[in-house]
Amino acid sequence: MSRSIDISLRVNGEDVRATVPSRLNLVDFLREELSLTGSHVGCEHGVCGACTLTVDGDTVRGCLMLAAQADGKDVITIEGLAENGQSAQLQAAFTKHNALQCGFCTPGMLASAIGYVNAGGIADREAIRQHISGNYCRCTGYQSIVNAICDVIEEKSV
Amino acid sequence: MKAPDFDYLLPASLDAALAMLAEHGGEAMPLAGGQSLMPMMNFRVAAPEVLIDLANLSELRGISIEGDTIRIGAMTRYAELMADADVQKHIPIFGLALPHIAHDAIRNRGTIGGSIALADPAAEMPALLRALNAIVEAEGPDGTRMINADDFFLGMFETALDGELIKALHIPVATSEQRFGFHELTQRHGDYALAGVAVVQTSNTYRAAFFGVADRATRVPDLEQALEQQDDMASVLEHLGNIDFTDDLKANHTTRQRLAGVALKRALKGMTV
Ligand SMILES: Cc1cc2nc3c(=O)[nH]c(=O)nc-3n(C[C@H](O)[C@H](O)[C@H](O)COP(=O)(O)OP(=O)(O)OC[C@H]3O[C@@H](n4cnc5c(N)ncnc54)[C@H](O)[C@@H]3O)c2cc1C
Ligand code: FES
Ligand code: FES
Repeated sequence: MSRSIDISLRVNGEDVRATVPSRLNLVDFLREELSLTGSHVGCEHGVCGACTLTVDGDTVRGCLMLAAQADGKDVITIEGLAENGQSAQLQAAFTKHNALQCGFCTPGMLASAIGYVNAGGIADREAIRQHISGNYCRCTGYQSIVNAICDVIEEKSV
Repeated sequence: MKAPDFDYLLPASLDAALAMLAEHGGEAMPLAGGQSLMPMMNFRVAAPEVLIDLANLSELRGISIEGDTIRIGAMTRYAELMADADVQKHIPIFGLALPHIAHDAIRNRGTIGGSIALADPAAEMPALLRALNAIVEAEGPDGTRMINADDFFLGMFETALDGELIKALHIPVATSEQRFGFHELTQRHGDYALAGVAVVQTSNTYRAAFFGVADRATRVPDLEQALEQQDDMASVLEHLGNIDFTDDLKANHTTRQRLAGVALKRALKGMTV
């Protein structure tokens, strides 16, 4: 039936097969079926960025994609980014700069920041603010997050 | 909230998709990038019984130059437009405007066809297509229709589509006689504009399409003529009075009229050379 869909995808390097309800979104699938609770769910309408994930190398909103649409795709969550070492430098910089308080926004913020750094983004405060404008943080006031991202880019360039 | 239940269909061809659309009538909605439809379903302002995912329709993809127009498949994502060398070269106004549409993660999924079909009055793409004098290629059970962007947007979230799918957009390639301007005013980068404008100047004539100001992307013929006659800016801006400005919690119509004037002045100041 087209209300339950068979999917097979890669999640953090592992092959996954599942049968999902058509209405299930990708981030709920990852959290509830695969127990990958690193990606958070805030607004469920694309505004807050807490659910940001990487699909086939692109950052996307996990709440604005159906699990069914992830069939055949390569999904990397924050758990995968931490395991493969991609987020290590940013995580250290976030800690050093106090770039998180409650931590709710952090997984999405890191996923977005990695997108920026990997795309060759420069250590320009205005450009970084623009890039993370799609990720809400209700604690830090963003300054320390921008500091942390700047740090990582500057370290890379020396 | 979560989306209500629906049947998910994944047609392999445009013909199959059109047949599904015809079979399910008003119960079905096409799904492109989902960057507007998914939030609408999660809010339950949209509750289609059937979702027809356009992801596998190769007919809706690709960017090609055809004579003096550039044809862009409806399923082309914003991120693909930003990265495409032909688009950069032949549609310079997209380079000015695309970074203002939402955020990186949304531009990685949202499509040009989805934005046009949605016809959000505050969206950039409908205004860009009107300023560029583009043509919408729609495919339905009765064949292909070519619809001028000027005739396509009928009101808030209302278009000329009639049981059809958008297949592609046709945009005239930039000529040496043309200059382009774009400006929008938002509360925060990536938000929908409170007021914005896309301007295309060809020799001494102008097409200026405003967005975020009224129920649809809006051109004001008197204002375009005043620009052509090189009237002083105060008289040009008076013609903004012809627009039926939106009043909402973010800005009332007086503020919007003022912001539209500011956007136009800044767009004209920053025209490409
Ligand atoms: C946080 C956030 C911020 C945003 N900011 C902006 C912004 O600043 N400016 C802006 O313009 N947009 C913004 N958007 C919306 C975004 O641009 C959407 O991607 C776009 O409007 C719709 O494209 P889509 O491919 O995602 O379409 P979908 O959401 O999949 O579909 C939109 C509508 O079009 C229909 N449709 C889709 N494709 C076709 C087709 N080929 N033929 C016929 N009908 C079709 C669908 O049935 C649906 O009704 C924002 C979205 C979010 C979540
Ligand atoms: S939960 Fe996806 S953007 Fe807020
Ligand atoms: S650290 Fe609490 S929301 Fe960002």
